[in-house]
Amino acid sequence: MELYKLGLSEAKKALDKGEITPLELTDAVLGRIESVEGAIGAYITITGEQARARAGKMSPEDIKKGPLSGVPIAIKDNICTAGIKTTCASAILKDFVPPYESTVTRKLDEQGYILIGKTNLDEFAMGSSTENSSVRQTMNPWDFQRVPGGSSGGSAAAVAADECIAALGSDTGGSIRQPAAFCGVVGFKPTYGRVSRYGLVAFASSLDQIGPITKNVRDSAILMNCIAGHDPADSTSARMDVPDFTSSLGAEIKGMKVGIPKEFFVDGMDSAVREAVEAAINQMESLGAEPVEISLPHSQYAVAAYYILATSEASSNLARYDGVRYGLRVEGDDLVEMYQKTRKVGFGSEVKRRIILGTYALSSGYYDAYYKKAQQVRTLIRQDFEEALKKVDVIVTPTTPAPAFRVGEKTEDPLQMYLTDILTISLNLAGLPGISIPCGLTPEGLPVGLQIIGRSFDEESVFKAAYAYEQSTEWHMKRPLIKAAQV
Amino acid sequence: MNIDHLALLARLELTDSEKILFSSQVENVITYIDKLNELDTGSIEPTAHILPVSNVFREDELKPSLPREIALQNAPEEQDGLYCVPKIIE
Repeated sequence: MELYKLGLSEAKKALDKGEITPLELTDAVLGRIESVEGAIGAYITITGEQARARAGKMSPEDIKKGPLSGVPIAIKDNICTAGIKTTCASAILKDFVPPYESTVTRKLDEQGYILIGKTNLDEFAMGSSTENSSVRQTMNPWDFQRVPGGSSGGSAAAVAADECIAALGSDTGGSIRQPAAFCGVVGFKPTYGRVSRYGLVAFASSLDQIGPITKNVRDSAILMNCIAGHDPADSTSARMDVPDFTSSLGAEIKGMKVGIPKEFFVDGMDSAVREAVEAAINQMESLGAEPVEISLPHSQYAVAAYYILATSEASSNLARYDGVRYGLRVEGDDLVEMYQKTRKVGFGSEVKRRIILGTYALSSGYYDAYYKKAQQVRTLIRQDFEEALKKVDVIVTPTTPAPAFRVGEKTEDPLQMYLTDILTISLNLAGLPGISIPCGLTPEGLPVGLQIIGRSFDEESVFKAAYAYEQSTEWHMKRPLIKAAQV
Repeated sequence: MNIDHLALLARLELTDSEKILFSSQVENVITYIDKLNELDTGSIEPTAHILPVSNVFREDELKPSLPREIALQNAPEEQDGLYCVPKIIE
């Protein structure tokens, strides 16, 4: 078997036994990148040289040091890596080299990971297709006419195409789970506050979370063990004990109550997605879980509330790109003109559009009508979930109403693009953990994602249910056939 | 919506075609967002943040931080350890 196909836990086993070396594994992944990256375009920066140097220096003791020692992992390019360019796929940060390390990559580093590269995204993580990148379009490895989803489209495509062993992404409204669903891999958004955001370039601070994108559920739990926990550098990270997320893997789901929210099986849903998700629910029932119909009546307002809150926070967060301290500067006759010109040249269309919308929502006279109203609706959405999760252990839904769409299909109409996140966004508003795992293929051969949602800080039930389902099916072993002709 | 006013508030210079495009697109999104008005939220507390945290305090201790020259290494223009900007006071 080609080494680049290995998942994280398999690769680690082989490394620990001395069957392979970190350098062999790194070279296998770099070789894979060389042969398919031209067609996929998952990366903004490939750190091959540093990766080989680090892998080559590892002693047998180093390899045994941690659960990631010697394993090549890709990082979304909105997570700061000291000394390595971090661009957010934006012209305004095209040459930005962070002087400090994010908490998550520092933790991965302490566990001995090998950074293989920084992955493509929608500019500042604003988008659902990776089409808003100022660097390149990433293609879906299952169909080169289609998008990989977004905004962590580069990370999801890199994992699906075996261009890394595992990856990190970030999720503000579905940006880990939606691309994972589109690319047929596992994407996990932790409870808000579970993982430090220090060094994650801020988009919407009350919604952003970093999480893993992996080839299977076990790998996701292993990476969560490495990145979770309170961080004094992020005052919104939770002072909660961190369990061993792998300990619930393999437990029976007999008697587990699985909520099925009728509102998530929306009109106009793709019929193949509906069938795959219904089959997955039946499969969980055959494993002993008890499906329970539930209602989340305010979920239909989630997209509207989200696009006020997320754009308001973004318009404020992105005020820092002023051409003074870092990033691009375009000279002007005075200070205000310098700001205006810098931001005109530095930001792409979607970022400008969201800054305008957020500025409007926060502007004098509109604040109560939009921002406060959206915060109140956020309360209602959160309460819906709290009520439902008193009756059930987890909630199961499709991750997206349809499989990956075609490149260019939704770029003309921002609202249609926003609505692709209709089933993932409410979790960010409620702060809840959720996973997307593969649960089928459409007749055209496109992956379908199953979303499993848990209670606040009960990631373990999510992993338990996801692992039980995954291990009883073969969907997680399906990989896209990347034909030589396509490459 | 007064797009010129919003662009100034956001310190964004927009082209004429961007002004026309963004006005219609943002208005379209706002029309969709107006569906929030179907809900009576008069007595509902707003959620600013999902965790029950308000002020987070720490001990006021001196700790090492980024050296000045490293903090300045990404500055488009710097002089004598300071950021340079166009003159703002005559």
